[in-house]
Amino acid sequence: MFQVSDSTPDGATQVRREWMSVLARSPLDALESGLRRISESGSLPGRVWLRRPETGLVMVRGRIGGGGERFNLGEMTVTRCSLRVETGEVGVAYVNGRSHRKCEIAALSDALLQGAAWRDVVQRLLVEPLRSQLEVERESLRRKAQATRVEFFTLAREAATAPQA
Amino acid sequence: MNALDLASVIPGFPEPTADSQGVFRDCLEALSAPGRCVEMCTAIDAVPGIHPASLVLLLAMLDQDTNLWLSPSAAAAAATFRFHTGCRLVDDPAAAHFALAANPQELPALEVFAGGTDEHPERSATLLLQVPAFAGARWLLTGPGIESSIRVAAPDLGDGFVAQWQRNRGRFPRGIDLFLVCGRTLCGLPRTTDIASERG
Repeated sequence: MFQVSDSTPDGATQVRREWMSVLARSPLDALESGLRRISESGSLPGRVWLRRPETGLVMVRGRIGGGGERFNLGEMTVTRCSLRVETGEVGVAYVNGRSHRKCEIAALSDALLQGAAWRDVVQRLLVEPLRSQLEVERESLRRKAQATRVEFFTLAREAATAPQA
Repeated sequence: MNALDLASVIPGFPEPTADSQGVFRDCLEALSAPGRCVEMCTAIDAVPGIHPASLVLLLAMLDQDTNLWLSPSAAAAAATFRFHTGCRLVDDPAAAHFALAANPQELPALEVFAGGTDEHPERSATLLLQVPAFAGARWLLTGPGIESSIRVAAPDLGDGFVAQWQRNRGRFPRGIDLFLVCGRTLCGLPRTTDIASERG
């Protein structure tokens, strides 16, 4: 069940990974309004569930410095689902939290982004706005953190007695 | 481990909890009344080469700790089982906890499958054998779960199969348990059941 996440994926996987990450990190209301914008540009394709949304715990593991031994960081609540749209693409979502609806929208968007018919619309109306929103939030958080930054300096210890000239 | 190809995965149970419990109940019924045909309570759109009853049985029974062996014609369902259950697929029938033979021609010798040990007879394989129909042969069944004996219409698996089954029976408490599957119907043959072939 486990994937080695250290390996470098190919280009297409990398692109998909990026939009899946944006979808998973965005709040539900932003996804809802994005989906409304998309559905105004045409009726969304029908879909069937491969796996209905289900909530569970995932053990997050880390490595110190990205290179140490793996250790268990803690558990987080994750909701996942998979669905297939009429055109055949399978969308998958693993999102933080318990919102089934958020997971559904993320999976649906993932499926649409894989097909040529919807890719551009979904990128333009959903992923891009979400991405810039996330960046704004990240930037403001960074600024806040930056303001409290403490610089540590190591000073050379003063000698007990003045050095002999 | 490679990422799963989701293109061939089919939807699982609409109600995973209730459906798998129902299927579990059906399997218990089939094994406790050997030879009686049990209609499965639920069905899923089949995968090519897989009967609905084998599909739901395996979806209900497999988990990430079970090894599944699929005969060549059943290989199309591999991704579906991996996706929904997390089971491990094995190429060697001897390593399987559950095995599915898509048709009698693809059935390996029963001795190949794990029969457990005298201390741990539960570490044996459960075999699903798909048959075209419960017709072509007549068996006389005796053993636990059967009051005296019953005659059943059985698939024609040849005398070789009955002889193999008798050897399986002789290994008790070791031995495999068998489900015969046809469409939505399940017929259980636990290792304790004796089969005698009848002519006519």
